Amino acid sequence: MERPLVVKFKRPDSIRDYPCGAFRVGTLVQENSGWRVFRPVIDTGKCIKCLRCFLVCPDGVIDKSGEDLEIDYRFCKGCGVCAYECKVGAIVMMREGDDGNAR
Amino acid sequence: MGMPGRKVFISGDEAVAEAVRLARPNVISAYPITPQTVTVERISEFVEDGSLKAEYLHVESEHSAMSAALGAAAVGARTFTATSSQGLLYMAETLPYVSGARFPIVMMNANRTLATPWALLSDHRDSLSQLDSGWIQVYCENAQEAMDMIIQAYRIAEDPRVMTPFMVNLDGFILTHTYEMVDLPAQENVDRFLPPYRTANRMDLDDPKTVCYAALDDYMEFHLKQELDMRKVPGVIEEVELEFKGIFGRSYGGLVEKYCCEDAEAVLMTLGSVTGTARAVVDAMRMEGKMVGLAKIRFMRPFPAAEIAGIAGNTKAMGILDRDLSVGYEGIVFTNARSAVCEIESPPRMINFIGGLGGRNISKEDMRQIFDQLMQAARGEQGERVRFVNARCE
Repeated sequence: MERPLVVKFKRPDSIRDYPCGAFRVGTLVQENSGWRVFRPVIDTGKCIKCLRCFLVCPDGVIDKSGEDLEIDYRFCKGCGVCAYECKVGAIVMMREGDDGNAR
Repeated sequence: MGMPGRKVFISGDEAVAEAVRLARPNVISAYPITPQTVTVERISEFVEDGSLKAEYLHVESEHSAMSAALGAAAVGARTFTATSSQGLLYMAETLPYVSGARFPIVMMNANRTLATPWALLSDHRDSLSQLDSGWIQVYCENAQEAMDMIIQAYRIAEDPRVMTPFMVNLDGFILTHTYEMVDLPAQENVDRFLPPYRTANRMDLDDPKTVCYAALDDYMEFHLKQELDMRKVPGVIEEVELEFKGIFGRSYGGLVEKYCCEDAEAVLMTLGSVTGTARAVVDAMRMEGKMVGLAKIRFMRPFPAAEIAGIAGNTKAMGILDRDLSVGYEGIVFTNARSAVCEIESPPRMINFIGGLGGRNISKEDMRQIFDQLMQAARGEQGERVRFVNARCE
């Protein structure tokens, strides 16, 4: 997966060093996987790589840089939009901590 | 002095439209509302006939007008929008968004009262309700000042030390719909005064940045940075006005214009077009030997606290004429001014005159009565702190 790194936020020394408006990119300062109750799981056997999930994911966590689509669980909030939109049923939502019972 | 301007007979709305054309914005995004409508119609015609090369977005609401302007500013465009009254309040959610993101959007607000009861005429309840939105606010006395302040607004707002949006207020109908002789500056002079907008505060594929981000625990520093930069605005206003005077030959007295204040025993402070009436009455009363003076508060943000305290320290009675009322207390300008004046050692007696709500006329006779009451206060007479001008309160 080619995914952005989480960079620990270094608080500017002075108020003068805060940006006036636009901030540099690459300042992902925290993961939010803890928000998740259900996790999407891709069945790569069923996946036809139509990229519908890639387009609809509100957090941009579907990675298409590898052979199969992968989910960056560090930032997936578990909203389930990808599973709902998948036309071939290749994504199922599983309760976090469960041993694989699909919801 | 450069090329002379051209005398034209136009309304306040048209003066703003002409100023916008001269300022060469890249994007205009607006929704029509009385009494601002003529401005956005004229600008739309300028874009249609090609005399203003800009993108004109006909949006479905004021909230969208400012949101679209924000989007355009986020890619580095010079933008303009205009609104009034209910439209400004509908837009209100987006105002701190713009100021916090440090986009120097210029907006004209045609001052009009707020419903209910529904009314179309002018007072300052709309814009004064947005004092805390982080925008610079100026109030104009006539169409010429409105035109000149639109042009200056871009220079001040886009100054790298400032980067703060700018609201130019002019009284609905009284200024927007009456016709005056206005000096229309030559384009080449405006181009010299106002170069194209260049900023690093924008989205850029070659230098990716994020805008309108979340800050959470650092929110306070971002907001205080806005405050520190706003404190630099008075100095920038002074610089810009001086340069403007050098090119166009006109100036307006900075944050507060003083008129016969030096030896005045009683001074009235006003905002906007009613200043013209007060000026005429001061002239007449001075002829009678009455020591009255006038101060036109031009900027409400940044607030000219030092200037107002300076005037107050030199007079015996000070009146603030509010064309608004914060129901449950007093006039909004009065609250601000008194906070500035309480800093000085021996403050003058202060009276809040509230008038002109919903566009009720403030006549020369009303104005003379205001000054008479102030002269009585200067002689030590006691009375109500808040007084209503030409209104039935019983």
